Amino acid sequence: MTLNLDPGFGIYLHWPFCAAKCPYCDFNSHVRHKPVDQERFVRAFTRELEHLRERTGPREAVSIFLGGGTPSLMKPETVGALLDTVARLWTVRSDAEITLEANPSSVDADRFRGYRLAGVNRVSLGVQALNDPDLRFLGRLHGVDEAKRAIALARETFPRMSFDLIYARPNQTPEAWGRELEEAIGLAADHLSLYQLTIEEGTAFYGLHQRGKFAVPDGETGAELYRVTQEVTAANGLPAYEISNHARPGAESRHNLVYWRYGEYVGAGPGAHGRFKEKGRRIVTMTERLPEAWAALVEEKGHGIVDGERLDSEEEADEFLLMGLRLAEGIDLDRYEKLAGRPLSNRQIGNLLSEGLIAPVGNSRIRATPSGMIVLDALVADLAR
Amino acid sequence: MTPISRIRNFSIVAHIDHGKSTLADRLIQLTGAMDAREMAGKEQVLDNMDIERERGITIKAQTVRLQYKANDGETYTLNLIDTPGHVDFAYEVSRSLSACEGSLLVVDASQGVEAQTLANVYQAIDNDHDIVVVLNKVDLPAAEPERIRDQIEEVIGIDASQAVLISAKTGLGIPDVLEAIVTQLPPPREGDPEKPLKAMLVDSWYDAYLGVIVLVRVIDGVLKKGQTIRMMGTNARYPVERTGVFTPKMLNVDAIGPGEFGFITASIKEVADTRVGDTITEDRRPTLSPLPGFKPAQPVVFCGLFPVDAADFEDLRAAVGKLRLNDASFSFEMETSAALGFGFRCGFLGLLHLEIIQERLEREFDLDLIATAPSVVYRLNLIDGSQKELHNPADMPDVVRISSIEEPWIRATILTPDDYLGGILKLCQDRRGIQADLSYVGTRAMLVYDLPLNEVVFDFYDRLKSISKGYASFDYALTDYREGDLVKMSLLVNEEPVDALSMLVHRTAAEKRGRAMCEKLKELIPQHMFKIPIQAAIGGKVIARETISALRKDVTAKCYGGDVTRKRKLLEKQKEGKKRMRQFGKVDIPQAAFIEALKMGD
Repeated sequence: MTLNLDPGFGIYLHWPFCAAKCPYCDFNSHVRHKPVDQERFVRAFTRELEHLRERTGPREAVSIFLGGGTPSLMKPETVGALLDTVARLWTVRSDAEITLEANPSSVDADRFRGYRLAGVNRVSLGVQALNDPDLRFLGRLHGVDEAKRAIALARETFPRMSFDLIYARPNQTPEAWGRELEEAIGLAADHLSLYQLTIEEGTAFYGLHQRGKFAVPDGETGAELYRVTQEVTAANGLPAYEISNHARPGAESRHNLVYWRYGEYVGAGPGAHGRFKEKGRRIVTMTERLPEAWAALVEEKGHGIVDGERLDSEEEADEFLLMGLRLAEGIDLDRYEKLAGRPLSNRQIGNLLSEGLIAPVGNSRIRATPSGMIVLDALVADLAR
Repeated sequence: MTPISRIRNFSIVAHIDHGKSTLADRLIQLTGAMDAREMAGKEQVLDNMDIERERGITIKAQTVRLQYKANDGETYTLNLIDTPGHVDFAYEVSRSLSACEGSLLVVDASQGVEAQTLANVYQAIDNDHDIVVVLNKVDLPAAEPERIRDQIEEVIGIDASQAVLISAKTGLGIPDVLEAIVTQLPPPREGDPEKPLKAMLVDSWYDAYLGVIVLVRVIDGVLKKGQTIRMMGTNARYPVERTGVFTPKMLNVDAIGPGEFGFITASIKEVADTRVGDTITEDRRPTLSPLPGFKPAQPVVFCGLFPVDAADFEDLRAAVGKLRLNDASFSFEMETSAALGFGFRCGFLGLLHLEIIQERLEREFDLDLIATAPSVVYRLNLIDGSQKELHNPADMPDVVRISSIEEPWIRATILTPDDYLGGILKLCQDRRGIQADLSYVGTRAMLVYDLPLNEVVFDFYDRLKSISKGYASFDYALTDYREGDLVKMSLLVNEEPVDALSMLVHRTAAEKRGRAMCEKLKELIPQHMFKIPIQAAIGGKVIARETISALRKDVTAKCYGGDVTRKRKLLEKQKEGKKRMRQFGKVDIPQAAFIEALKMGD
């Protein structure tokens, strides 16, 4: 297999509003009971993107990603205005991937056509489950039938489409999950994001789980569910190319590959992160998380960046390692050495090889094996020491 | 200089917590050596080191000169020699006691005589001391001075009819103590200012500003600034730069006369150049009758100290060197461990001494240390007829070369309320103890046991305290070496022996101990990505085994552009955590495991 491993340059835009907050979600999302002044936000995005353009210089973007929140709450004109701004400031490659995250509800689906006309060529739908009781448990506003209609419409409208499912739900058995997964693949997606449910601090689930209102599968069952996920997707032609992401070969998310291959990206909008090179070092930018405060900040200063840092070589190497090993393709050891200024420890590599947790890929790459992937956080900590 | 007849040199012997330091504070205050303002906020003014004050123990000897106007109208010079109270420092106690003529025996009027009281008071009696009995804490409701007075006469066999009743806390009875020192204790027995100088080197320590300070007791002659003195043991000569006394502040004086205590500085570079017990004389006119001197204290407990971060080795070397400057009883030599890298094999007077040194290294020198299993000094009789001292189980020769192994034994005295006797007897039996005596002191049992020291070094004292809810007291003295059926037990983690965890154990106790250690290590070593067998073995034979199961799942489901910073910070924490562990083969062992694994916890 030859890999085109140039991660490229990507642009991320964060739309922070949701119709309702899902109980498992710890993303930067906000519910507003009055209509959002989309024009004001477009103006703020424009100014912040102009600021970022000054700092990155002219670059060629391989991807634009509209994430959230719920970007499908945007009017198509809003999406169009944002994409036009990006295209005015940077060169957008003719084959660039332009993704929008969308809810599979009928209201959102009505806007698909408009998004396509604005330039979006890929949608990622937050389906999360293919049965109604679990959708209700997950706090989703849509039902299964509605989601299936949205999937079908997305397939007709966009060249590429992906959807998310959450597994390891309370009382979920590996058998039931395997069937649900096969059904999902049957809906003819070429890309699936399959996330194990994790209980994050600051979410509604966190408190409920602490108080014993529900239980998630234990580590043993979680591991089994993960194994089933790998098997079913591989058998159906959508092998994992990342811990939680599966695609038919060639259908991988280019945008997310920018992150995992440790490329450069700018992030605009409330709570967005960017990482790009400036004066020879990789810098991190983070913006104000609260939407209105972010907009006010941009109006005042020209950008909403409130935090950031210049990474030293060890920090860069750590990030490269923890992102890159999530990928089935693994990491390039020479690139690690260049970033860190030292090679990975041969002793650690040897230990992990002998335990079958990592495997060599060609002469200068390593990847985590399936048994390594499931304990990847521990594995990375072991290698990074 | 004070005429000899108006000098009293005394020390205070007491069990820990019976109020020795508080009494000393009161004596200093009442004689005006420090005024109330100087004393304010200070307790235990004689305990200089943080550790001394925190733990309520005295490590180095201290002296204070007090001026006291007695009822007979004369002003007396009272020299209080404060001595360490803990069994580990018994040797220091004994040499301090030999420098004075009397002791105050302080006993808590409700708790009565404790094991440590006995050990210390017998040392005072051995040094021909006259003794003033002081019953402290008589203001407490539980105080029974009459009963305790009887107990002292019965158990110790000294006259307690003139016992002084005090409360060091409230100040009650303190003037009576001062008067008793003058009337009940003798002045120094000899002393002629005209004779050639003869002074005892009582102690010495390093001061960052003044260099080595030598604490002396003059017997004959006069010690003056400008004199050239000679240390008779080493024949080294020094010009005296400064003579002074502690009040307890340092106060320069012109001369120190016969019977008096004081300090000198004399351009001495290292504490190691001074031998405690040595005779100091005048170089021009040396004394013809030097003092007998002391044997240097011998370390009885050894352990390896290694830096957690191998890069700190040089810092550790500098730190142990500095501590040794002030503590000649602490010894060290370089050690290399397959598992722990470079470190030092250190010798200590006992477990408290070990803990104090370790704590000082960590606190004063900011070092993270791994301490290996404490070991006693074994004597190996080899087949070829030679004898070898073994300080480190890792150095044990092949068993086929050994004909027998001897281990040090102690005689332990334990005083305990009757209620806990059963538990303590069991503890002593479990630790291979041989009962030598069991008698009663009032309602309390006094147990005398012979025990192998290696059964005591780990956690005997902790266990004793927990069994007796803190009421039992304990003291010991080394007695002899006895042959024992000892074997070397190795611990294997993931099939690899960890030298820092190997130890000598009695054959009959090996299996129990091995099992306990495997169980402990199973708790202490975190789960890894693979399963880890933990085994205890004698020779090639596994006697106990546990398995740490593998991590089943440890992976973040979502990780995109906005998650990288948080993930990196978690990774940095994990890496910090790894630095506090040692890697053996593929396994990370937390540094705390090395000591924790040894605690039996029955």
